[in-house]
Amino acid sequence: MLRLKGFDFMNLFGISGELFLALAGMIALLTSVFINKDNSLKITTKICNVAFIITLVLIFISHSIPGSLFNEMYVHDALSRYTKSLILIGTILTLIISSKPQKIDGFNRPEYPVLILFSVIGMLLMASSTNLISLYMALELQSLPLYVIAAINRDNLKSSEAGLKYFILGALSSGLLLFGMSLVYGAVGDTSFSSISLISSQGMTSLLLIGLVFMLSGLAFKISLVPFHMWTPDVYEGAPTPVTAFFAIVPKIAAMTVMVRFTFSAFDTALSSWQQVVIILAILSMILGSFAAIMQTNLKRLMAYSSIAHMGYALVGVASGVKEGISGLLVYMFIYIIMNIGTFIIILSMRRDNQSVEEINDLKGISKTHPFIAFSFIILMFSMAGIPPLAGFFGKWLVFYAAVNSGLLFVAVIGVLTSVVGAFYYLRIIKIMYFDENEVKLDVIDNKSSMFILGSMIILILLFGLFLNWFIEITMGISLLI
Amino acid sequence: MLNNLPILSFLTFLPLFGAFVILLTCSDDAQGAKNSKMVALWTSLITFILSLVVLFNFDKNLNSFQFVEKVQWVPFSNISYHMGVDGISLPFVVLSTFLIPICLLSSINSITKEVPIFMSLFLILEVLMVGTFCAMDILVFYIFFEAVLIPMFLIIGIWGGSRRVYSAFKFFLYTLLGSVLMLVAIFYLYAKTGTTEIAYITNYNFPFSVQFWLFLAFFASFSVKLPMWPVHTWLPDAHVEAPTAGSVILAGVLLKMGGYGFLRFSIPMFPDASIFFAPYIFGLSIIAIIYTSLVALVQSDMKKMIAYSSVAHMGFVTIGAFSFTQEGLSGAVYQMVSHGLISGALFLCVGIIYDRLHTREISAYGGVTDVMPRFAVFFMFMMLASVGLPGTSGFVAELLVLVGIWKSNPIVAIFTATGLILGAIYMLWLYRRVMFGKAIKEEILKLEKLSFREISLFVPITFMVLLLGIYAMPLLDISNNSITNIFEITEFHKNQNLESQIAKVKGF
Repeated sequence: MLRLKGFDFMNLFGISGELFLALAGMIALLTSVFINKDNSLKITTKICNVAFIITLVLIFISHSIPGSLFNEMYVHDALSRYTKSLILIGTILTLIISSKPQKIDGFNRPEYPVLILFSVIGMLLMASSTNLISLYMALELQSLPLYVIAAINRDNLKSSEAGLKYFILGALSSGLLLFGMSLVYGAVGDTSFSSISLISSQGMTSLLLIGLVFMLSGLAFKISLVPFHMWTPDVYEGAPTPVTAFFAIVPKIAAMTVMVRFTFSAFDTALSSWQQVVIILAILSMILGSFAAIMQTNLKRLMAYSSIAHMGYALVGVASGVKEGISGLLVYMFIYIIMNIGTFIIILSMRRDNQSVEEINDLKGISKTHPFIAFSFIILMFSMAGIPPLAGFFGKWLVFYAAVNSGLLFVAVIGVLTSVVGAFYYLRIIKIMYFDENEVKLDVIDNKSSMFILGSMIILILLFGLFLNWFIEITMGISLLI
Repeated sequence: MLNNLPILSFLTFLPLFGAFVILLTCSDDAQGAKNSKMVALWTSLITFILSLVVLFNFDKNLNSFQFVEKVQWVPFSNISYHMGVDGISLPFVVLSTFLIPICLLSSINSITKEVPIFMSLFLILEVLMVGTFCAMDILVFYIFFEAVLIPMFLIIGIWGGSRRVYSAFKFFLYTLLGSVLMLVAIFYLYAKTGTTEIAYITNYNFPFSVQFWLFLAFFASFSVKLPMWPVHTWLPDAHVEAPTAGSVILAGVLLKMGGYGFLRFSIPMFPDASIFFAPYIFGLSIIAIIYTSLVALVQSDMKKMIAYSSVAHMGFVTIGAFSFTQEGLSGAVYQMVSHGLISGALFLCVGIIYDRLHTREISAYGGVTDVMPRFAVFFMFMMLASVGLPGTSGFVAELLVLVGIWKSNPIVAIFTATGLILGAIYMLWLYRRVMFGKAIKEEILKLEKLSFREISLFVPITFMVLLLGIYAMPLLDISNNSITNIFEITEFHKNQNLESQIAKVKGF
């Protein structure tokens, strides 16, 4: 019998969260076959949500033992625990906020939450993988269900187009990533991050360098950084809004974690090799995300460009190449989630004549008819624009401070200037809601749980400054351990 | 006893409490509007009384920050919530709390839609203004300073005139663009010194090459806020479109944040760069004084004219501050306080006739004196104060600035003085066209006289302008110690520069 080095059953306990989730996914699939079709989406959503909550607990229990599992394929550390919590919480919230709109639209596909669940398993594994093999496997597990759910509204032309586009470009990016990995493997002779780190510390060969750039490009596709962002606006616009909400929030966290692990753990000594690439990615994303959003009239497309810009800001944390930058990035991701959840709650609930609408101009006059939603949107937009004392400001503060601290003044200057450009389109939404005369009546889905979540997000955004120290302490602790 | 209470935090955040009460309890109907007005007025009055408590307990002989509060905010990064007032900030704190009740009172009848939101936004604005002037931590300062944009943007955008959207956007983006550059500079200061304490950073000596860029970054923010020529163009637009109360607070306090920034940050933190840049700033200020005065002369819109006159008057502030003389620096503070009162009152005057006739075109008026004699008295007094008539605060301020600049650079002083003449020309001409002549137009004859409420807006401002014009000591005494500190810093660096130049000449 083949005996693996150092294998024992504790390894299985270590990935109990992911294992449990896979089991729950199968149960949910089976259940959906046997129950009444009208209720199946509701039931599977419930099963998945419960499974996510249990997984969250399991992850905290299993991560009590830090260290590597499965021959350094998989690692338990503070970073993985933090990002896994964010992934799970983000997923739970997006499932909750999209349940009522789905019901009203007659959207009834029980596979939807299950596909999300399988994708989440991939993301959890991504957050923990410290080996090229496990990384690639996790990444593909994450991507494949996402291609399907982008096209889940298969009778809709736009949704099918979004799915196809996402699939083709995603496959291309996976190809780039795999090609890069094979080059790195060729140069190192091993696939674990620690070996890569060891070899790269002895000097970057051109083979290793090309592999590194290919891998960064593949990852940039997943985070939708410029110039690998082309799929984002189309997929965001074409996919059903609940799916867009999920795309905008959760996969980015996982991919950012990989980016951090990859740069700070595998190529930790080759800072000078990847830093320029990451700086260019960040600067281009900030600039394009801010300028391209100005002309958008569709809210979902606008959010796509906004997310490109935000990922650019967050990436400044990585580009800084210092621990403070990682801390800033992690706080930024948290803030990004709360702002996007809030915004998508509003986009999801916009209706007219029982049809969901997504043009910015549809928001006209909402300040009169739905003051709470309009007020929340104001807070969200000012926060996204990075105006103090709202949460978005603190995220920008931390990443730009890291950039200044590591001597990248020009990145910080470009960043803050693009944030002024970005402020323009966020303000435009406020203008349409409050300054323009009331023309059209907009209905809003009356959904108590969504409004409760929206309210909590707003309070969190308003009072984020009070928790700032707590967040910095936690994330600095994480980044020092990488 | 008073020093143990967190009185400054109380003063700062009391209006926030009022804003919450309004937002949570007042509905958007007539009763809600009425309630929200009462809550807002009372909150702002109590805040004003609290600020008077601070004012009278302020020890002007102590050369330090007073009523200091310090609470660790982000201990990990060594950032604390640190508040305190000194001789420079205290006048502005009191000016803010003094003007807010007047603004609220002035908008009781003129604001008709979304009254509770308007009232709460004004209270939030008060929180942010007082916080800006009290902050002793540079990041806390920045947060208050920039957060001001949110309520002001909404005030202009929701309750403004026909071109409100354009003006609100211009105001927001202009000021934001300036401030974010300052933010990067603040990060740099923090990265270099490891602290965000203003007092500590002030004592930190940066080499000139660093000061050069830091000064420019701070200048980008404060020159837009003040505003200086040529980045003043947002101001006339914002003033014209803003509701009366918005214009009053914009001219009265928000512009002063720029001048305060120069005195608190730019000059003491980067003295070498300040000395280096002083001639350029004189140049810009002289252009501001002469050019914007001439522009004011040809305006047909009253609000726009007063807005341009604000730019000119702010030119006096920068000239006084960068003269680096004790008189000039005190004059800068004095000019800011005095201009805050006078221009606020002038915008009130315009607002009062605008409420009646709904136009700001100068040509639509004429002969108002016959119909509104009391109004004519107040308007004339404020107009003369703006010109700098002896006996009003405007005279003291401009005299101090001129004496200060004469000491350091007489040529600049001559150009600056022309501003006084030009100011007299456009203000008197405005007054003649609006108030004098025969009231022949029908609308003018129908104008209502000043109501008791409107008179009560002017009385406190008139009193203050007269008081500061006749007896200047209270304000000068308060700011004296802090002004001396700045003066000594610049004097020290001037001498150092001189010595190093002498050393170079001698060939060391």
